Amino acid sequence: MSLLKRSFEIKARDFIRAGEAAIEVQKILKNIGFDPEQIRRASICAYESEMNVVMHGGDGELVLTLDTEKIMLDINDQGSGIEDVDLALQEGYSTASQEDREMGFGAGMGLPNIKKNADFLEILSDKGAGAHLKIGINLRKE
Amino acid sequence: MKLSEIKDALRAELITADDCLNMYLRAGTASDLMSDLLTGPTNGALLLTGLCNVQVVRTSVVAGVAAVVFVREKHPTPEMIAQAQEHGLPLLSTSFTMFSACGRLFDKGLRGVETKAPRP
Ligand SMILES: Nc1ncnc2c1ncn2[C@@H]1O[C@H](COP(=O)(O)OP(=O)(O)OP(=O)(O)O)[C@@H](O)[C@H]1O
Ligand SMILES: [Mg+2]
Repeated sequence: MSLLKRSFEIKARDFIRAGEAAIEVQKILKNIGFDPEQIRRASICAYESEMNVVMHGGDGELVLTLDTEKIMLDINDQGSGIEDVDLALQEGYSTASQEDREMGFGAGMGLPNIKKNADFLEILSDKGAGAHLKIGINLRKE
Repeated sequence: MKLSEIKDALRAELITADDCLNMYLRAGTASDLMSDLLTGPTNGALLLTGLCNVQVVRTSVVAGVAAVVFVREKHPTPEMIAQAQEHGLPLLSTSFTMFSACGRLFDKGLRGVETKAPRP
């Protein structure tokens, strides 16, 4: 059963608003009062995947769902998709454009860092049909 | 190290509200690569950067960076200042280069975010 569900629109190439969804996610989690480390991990995952949609994907959305066991993030876009997921997960691999690099991105560290911070990561992607990231962060059991 | 001491050591200008000069920074980090920054333990740290755009502010908020210094006289835009104020993130600007700014802070006792030095 989900306790909360919120979705946020993400616009391709919109660097003015890029990151706003992730910051909203962080705000919601802080207001609920989750453990700071879990908030940090979830916010990093949200931000990196949102930036990837802006830079590499098409228009898309980020959906935050909370239940009693985990924080879930679903990030979908309608871009061209990730051709080789294993390659994309390698540190340093990036197809970022000159503009992306000027904005401070393109280190090829985003997906590896999502993997590091998430307890669960599934990347669904077909060439030409956009990318879908399913990310889960387990709530700490006291 | 206190933000006021950092400001003095870098002869920096504090761009956001001056109600944060007593803030304590536990460590320092320097980067122009935002995703690289997000891989480290940057919570509560000072960020020195030569990059000056709104993503620096957003990345800092996500990373839990406590304050940001722009080196080489880079000056944040009104949009960046507004966002930083909203999140209580102090922004400073120094005319020192990245290397000199880091060196000056290290000299005064500020250390990096790593918990142990790599083995030789
Ligand atoms: N939503 C997406 N749609 C299409 N391709 C993607 C998407 N997300 C990632 N990729 C591909 O995977 C590569 C690696 O992504 P990753 O986030 O690790 O690095 P990056 O975004 O290039 O750089 P960084 O995240 O360090 O700023 C990207 O360069 C891109 O080729
Ligand atoms: Mg990325």
